[in-house]
Amino acid sequence: MKAPPFEYVRATSVEEACALLGQYGDGAKVLAGGQNLVPMMAFRLLHPSWLIDINEIPALKFVAVETDVVRMGACARQCDIQRDDAIAARAPLLRQALSFVGHAQTRNRGTVGGSLAHADPSAELPLVAQVLGASLVLRAASSTRTLPASSFFSGPMMTELRPDECLEQIHWPVWRDRKTGSSFNEISRRHGDFAIVAAAAQIAVDDDDRCTRAAFGVGGAGPMPVAFPDLAQRLVGCRLGEDELDDVAWDAAAALEPDSDIHATAAYRRHLAGVLVTRVLQSAYEAAKAVP
Amino acid sequence: MTETLYGISAEVNGTVRAGQVVARTSLVDWLREHLHLTGTHVGCEHGVCGACSVMFDGEPVRSCLMYAVQANGHRVTTVEGLQRPDGQLSVLQDSFCETHALQCGYCTPGMLIAAQALLDANPRPTEHEIREAISGNLCRCTGYQQIVEAIALAAQRMGEDAT
Ligand code: FES
Ligand code: FES
Repeated sequence: MKAPPFEYVRATSVEEACALLGQYGDGAKVLAGGQNLVPMMAFRLLHPSWLIDINEIPALKFVAVETDVVRMGACARQCDIQRDDAIAARAPLLRQALSFVGHAQTRNRGTVGGSLAHADPSAELPLVAQVLGASLVLRAASSTRTLPASSFFSGPMMTELRPDECLEQIHWPVWRDRKTGSSFNEISRRHGDFAIVAAAAQIAVDDDDRCTRAAFGVGGAGPMPVAFPDLAQRLVGCRLGEDELDDVAWDAAAALEPDSDIHATAAYRRHLAGVLVTRVLQSAYEAAKAVP
Repeated sequence: MTETLYGISAEVNGTVRAGQVVARTSLVDWLREHLHLTGTHVGCEHGVCGACSVMFDGEPVRSCLMYAVQANGHRVTTVEGLQRPDGQLSVLQDSFCETHALQCGYCTPGMLIAAQALLDANPRPTEHEIREAISGNLCRCTGYQQIVEAIALAAQRMGEDAT
């Protein structure tokens, strides 16, 4: 279908975008890559009266790879982040997750910030944000605040973004532990579709192969992706054999409250979560051990 | 409600084209209905099928997921822009004919754009890379095997031409 009528304005700076959001408030939507917003408008699920296009704002496309953090503007394209070797070296989960996000044609337009702000419970990047504990910088005309991913997402397709705020930057923490490994995996009907269930993990080990740090999470099995910091903590100090990994993975699966829908039953989603968490923990651990 | 008309101007297949559109006109509708470049097909209109793929500033995108106003000041290449300057079929297009990579032809313009973008970036793709590159394009006739063959053949021919 065709989108309902709206008016369009191309913002040339973050300040201008925020001023316009302040002016049009609830009736306005930010247009980033449009890979979720445009189909939703075609289905007439959304009918904003104004679209504020932020694609031509250079300040929202920067990428800064620093020792402790990878910072990027909300309008950084998924394809550019996926290709960036410096990012892959510091925050490898991003490239691993992006290979599951849509297809080349959608990643060429799709943005990192757009995926986070859309907050689909099955989407890959929100899951990575939860697992790595990303921070999101939200900008309004006269205020800026930074939220951790854990408080940014508030439900299926819902975030703490206020109508007058624009997601401006995303900060991805870098683990400096030399032997760090990560893994992303998901089950979907077809490659590139939204996941039925997805899991991501990052693990660091010492020279004796004992886990020194761990993080993991699950998407697609509840109203939003979740990380399990307490369960991950149980892995620290251990060499991770099948038993340790299984215990933690199935405790995580038991803690989830997935819904049933046309794609999968709740029981099947919980089962997938257990299996996928075991797999990503295992392969993140192997990758960490393999670092010389 | 009267909708505002926005003046736009974009380089389409090497020529600057200007026009007036309402904000909700999708890029594919502008190309097909205003510029009469009907080579680009429109299937689902919501980003699932890939039939509407065009190059936007040199990268393949879905033109049903962009509004024409967004193309203002940018460069678009449609399937019409893939032919050789003398109007002959490109190596890739020729390879599609040769391996019978089109049946009804509905997916073909999108497949050609996706494949050309792949070959531009990676002149010697593996079969896996070819399949990955066209994974966002549905062929309702399900003739994927010949499409993969066509792209591999084009890569081989372009490699021979280069040596
Ligand atoms: S018409 Fe654009 S993806 Fe189907
Ligand atoms: S040839 Fe018919 S859709 Fe592909």
